[in-house]
Amino acid sequence: MPKLHVTTSVNGEPVEFLCEPYETMLDALRGQLGLTGSKEGCSSGDCGACSITLDGRLVCSCLMLAAEAEGHEIRTIEGMAKGEKLHPLQQKFLEHAALQCGICTSGMLVASEALLAKNSNPTEEEVRFWLAGNLCRCTGYDKIVRAVMETAAEMRETAR
Amino acid sequence: MNVVNNKWIGQRTIRPDGVDKVTGRAAFAADTTMPGMIWGKVLRSPHPHARIKSINTAKAEALPGVKAVVTSRDIVDFTIEKGAVMLGIQDMRWMCRNVMARDKALFPGHPVAAVAATTEAIAAEACKLIEVDYEVLPWAIEIDDALKPDAPILHEFNKFDGKPSNIMGRIESKKGDIAQGFKDAEIVIERSFTTRPVHQGYIEPHACLISVAADGKTTIWSSSQGQFMVRAMTSMLTGIPQSDIRAIPAEIGGGFGGKTIVYLEPLATLLAKKSGRPVKMVMTREEVMRATGPTSGSKSTVKIGAKKDGTIVAAHGSFYLQAGAFPGSPIRGAVGCSFAPYDIPHVLSEGFDVCSNRSKVAAYRAPGAPIGAYAVECVLDELAEALKMDPLALRLKNAAKEGTKAAHGPVFPRIGYIETLEAAKNHPHYAAPLGKLQGRGVASGFWFNAGGESSAQVNITEDGNVVVTTGHPDIGGSRAGIANICAELLGIDYKRVSVIIGDTQTVGFSNLTGGSRVLFASSMVVTQAADKVIATLRERAAKLWEIDPEAVKWENGAAHPVSPNAGQFEPLTLADLAEKAPSQGGPIGASVQLNTQGAEGGFGTHICDVEVDVDLGIVRVIRYTAVQDVGRAVHPSYVEGQLQGGVAQGIGWALNEEYIYNKDGKVDNPGFLDYRMPVCSDLPMLDCALVEVPNPKHPQGVKGVGEVPLVPVMAAVANAVHNALGKRFYSLPMSPPKVSAVLDAPPTQQAAE
Repeated sequence: MPKLHVTTSVNGEPVEFLCEPYETMLDALRGQLGLTGSKEGCSSGDCGACSITLDGRLVCSCLMLAAEAEGHEIRTIEGMAKGEKLHPLQQKFLEHAALQCGICTSGMLVASEALLAKNSNPTEEEVRFWLAGNLCRCTGYDKIVRAVMETAAEMRETAR
Repeated sequence: MNVVNNKWIGQRTIRPDGVDKVTGRAAFAADTTMPGMIWGKVLRSPHPHARIKSINTAKAEALPGVKAVVTSRDIVDFTIEKGAVMLGIQDMRWMCRNVMARDKALFPGHPVAAVAATTEAIAAEACKLIEVDYEVLPWAIEIDDALKPDAPILHEFNKFDGKPSNIMGRIESKKGDIAQGFKDAEIVIERSFTTRPVHQGYIEPHACLISVAADGKTTIWSSSQGQFMVRAMTSMLTGIPQSDIRAIPAEIGGGFGGKTIVYLEPLATLLAKKSGRPVKMVMTREEVMRATGPTSGSKSTVKIGAKKDGTIVAAHGSFYLQAGAFPGSPIRGAVGCSFAPYDIPHVLSEGFDVCSNRSKVAAYRAPGAPIGAYAVECVLDELAEALKMDPLALRLKNAAKEGTKAAHGPVFPRIGYIETLEAAKNHPHYAAPLGKLQGRGVASGFWFNAGGESSAQVNITEDGNVVVTTGHPDIGGSRAGIANICAELLGIDYKRVSVIIGDTQTVGFSNLTGGSRVLFASSMVVTQAADKVIATLRERAAKLWEIDPEAVKWENGAAHPVSPNAGQFEPLTLADLAEKAPSQGGPIGASVQLNTQGAEGGFGTHICDVEVDVDLGIVRVIRYTAVQDVGRAVHPSYVEGQLQGGVAQGIGWALNEEYIYNKDGKVDNPGFLDYRMPVCSDLPMLDCALVEVPNPKHPQGVKGVGEVPLVPVMAAVANAVHNALGKRFYSLPMSPPKVSAVLDAPPTQQAAE
C-alpha cells in the first residue's frame, strides 16, 4: 500500500507529510516532523506523555492515526511558548519544581492547558481527575497540582 | 564548613535544565537520530524456562532490509567456572547471560537474538523468522515454588547446604546473642509477611542509539543512571576497549535504580558493528515490564522481644528475596536497614537470595530496605498496641542515636532519627481528628546512603561566568543543587553558573547516580574544585596588587584585600580576572576527582491517614506527612520532591502495584492499564517536614535524601489500615480484592490470615 499524503496544521503552521496507514500521530510528530517533545511512554493511551490537542481537544497522539490529522489543527508542547515567552503554566512548573526527570512534563503541560481552556477555576479535585490520564512517577503530583492551581489563579487575575 | 552567608544554598532556584524540559526541547534517549540510522529489535523467549538447543537465523538474515543479526555467540562469555567478574555490585557472568540467553532462557522475555533492519517493521518481521529450538523445562515463579525440594533448578552448578538449590546466597548481620535476648524478653511478637515484585515504573522506556565506526570508535547515546557504567558494561560485553567508547548521557526519563544496568546497549553496539550503520533500539512498555528489573517479591519473618516498659531487647528477621533469573536480590538492604533505626542489644538479621523464573531484579529506591522495614515496622505497631504505648513513643524509647552500634556494623555519628520522631509527634497531623473508617499509621525507615567516585570540572569562561561539568546523570534536579552550591562558593549570581553532565570522554570517572549519592558526592568534588579556582583568583589578584595571596580574600564574587592594612585596592571581580587571565597565567579552572567518603545514613518517619471504602475494599490515602533528616536542603523544592515521589511509589506498592502471573508463567499485566501505579486522583497533597541535622563530614552538611522516603511507606499505610479497620494485613498489595476478602471473612479465618 502506498504511503498516505497528509495535509494538516501543527502549532499554527501548515504541514504536509507522508505516512504509512498504520502509523500513529505520535510516530509522525516524532519521526517525519521531528517534534520529539511529545513522548512515548506506553503507546496504549495510559501514560499521557504523548498528549496533544486536536482542534482543541486533548488526545493521546499514540492512539490517533497520523492520517486522521488531515484537515485538522494539531497543537503540541512545541507550540506552547510564544517565542522566548513561556506560557504561564510552563513558568509555574519551573517555579514550583513541578518536574523532576521531565519525561511526563510535555504531556502534563498540554493536558493542563486544555483543562484551563475549559475551566479557568478548577478545584483541586477537578485538577486531579483531569490529570489522572497523565502518569508521573517522580513527583507524587503534589507540586504539579499546586502549579496548575496557582497558574489558574494568576490567569484569572490577569484576565480581569 | 565553607559556606558562611548562604545566599544561594537553600534557595528554590529555577533548575538549569528546566526551560528545555517545559518546552519539549530536552533530548531523552529516544529523541535523537543519526544519518543512515537503522532499527534494532529483540527476539525474546516465550517460555519461563527452556534449554536453547539451536538458533537458526538464516531466514531472518535473508529478509530484504535486514542488516545484521546477533545472538549470544557474539557476546563475550564470562564463564561460570572462572568465577565472579564484578562491576560494582553486578557480576558480569550474570550480566552477559541477562542481556542475551546462552544455554537456557530463564524467563519469558529473556532475549535470545537481536536484529537490525532498515525499518522497525522489517526488524520485527525478521525476529519472527528466527528459528529457535527450545526444550521447555519445568519452571518456578514464586519463592515457595523455587524452594520446594523438587523445584526446577535454574542454575545447576549452585548448591546450598550441599544440595542443588535456587538459594544463591545467604548473608547476615549479627549483634549480641538473640537466644539470650529472647529469654530476657517479657513480650515477644513474631509475624510473617509477603510482598510482590513491583516495577520502578519510569515513564521513559529503555532506549539507545549507537554508532560504531570502521575503526571501532563507538558513540553511545542512551539514558541511564551512569554513562560510565554503560561504557564499562558495553566494553566488557563486546570487547571494545573503554577508550574507544564515548557514552553520552541523554536526559533520563526516570530510573529509580532500574537504569543502573544495561539491556540494549551491548546488543545495539554489536548490531551497529556488524551492519556498519548506527542502530537505534527502543523498548516497548511491554518489554520494559517483561524483561527489565522490578524489585524483589519477598517473604519475611520478623520476631521482636521487649520488656513491659517497651525496651526492645531482641530482634530476629529473616528475609527471602526473589532475585529473578540471576543472583543479586537486594538482601543487603533488607538485612542491614530494617533494624538500623533502633538500639537493640541482640539482633540477628538474615537474608536469602532466591532465583526463580522471573526477569532479573534491578535496584529500586533503597533496594531491599522497604521490604524489611515493612515487616519490622508492622511488628513494632503490634508491639506498641500490645503494650498500650503510643507507636512513636515506642520508637523514641528505642531510637538509635549518636554512639549506637548498628547490627550491620557502624557506630552512628550524630544522626537525626530522634529529631524526626519528635517532629512527627509534634506535627499537627499527628493530633488531627479522624473520621469513621479512617485510621492513622506511623513508620520509620533507614537507608545507608553512599559516597564513592565522583569527578567535576569548574571552568571560568573568558567572560567571567562559570561552567561546571560533573559525571552523574541528573534525574531529580541535582544540577540545580550544584548550581546553588557553586554560586554560593564563588559569590556570584546563580544564573552565571551553567551545570552540565559530561560524557565519558570529557569528564573523569563518576560512579552511578544511585545510593542517594549524587548531591553528596558531586558537591564535595565541586566544592574542592571551586576552592582551587578561588585560590587561583586570589593569587592572580595578589600578583596584580603585588601583595601576598594570604592578604587577599574572595567575597561576593570579587577579590578584596583582607583588611585596609593589606593595601587599598578596588575589588577585582570574576569578570575582571577572567579578562586578564591570558596575561596572568592562562585559563582559570580546576578539576577534582575523589573517592568520596563520609556519606551518613538517613532516617525518616512518616504519618499516614487512610480511609477505607468497606463496600469496594478500596483504601484511600487521605493525608500523608513525611518527616526526614535531610542533612542540608540545598534546594528545598527538589528535596521535597524526593520525599513526595518516594511516598507516591510506596503508596502504589502498598495498595495496588504487583506483577500478576498467569498459569503459563508469564506476566499478565505488562502495561500501565493493569499494572496500576498511582495516578493524580489517587493521592492527596503529600506534606513534608524537613529536619536538618547537617552531616559533619560534608562541606555543606549534605546527606543523601532520595531513597529513605520509600522505606517507611508500606508499613505506615498498613498500620493506618489496621487503625481504621482493626484488622491487620500481612501481605502486599492491600488491593481491593484482598481487602474485601479480609473484610468479608468470618473472624476465625481473619485470625489465621
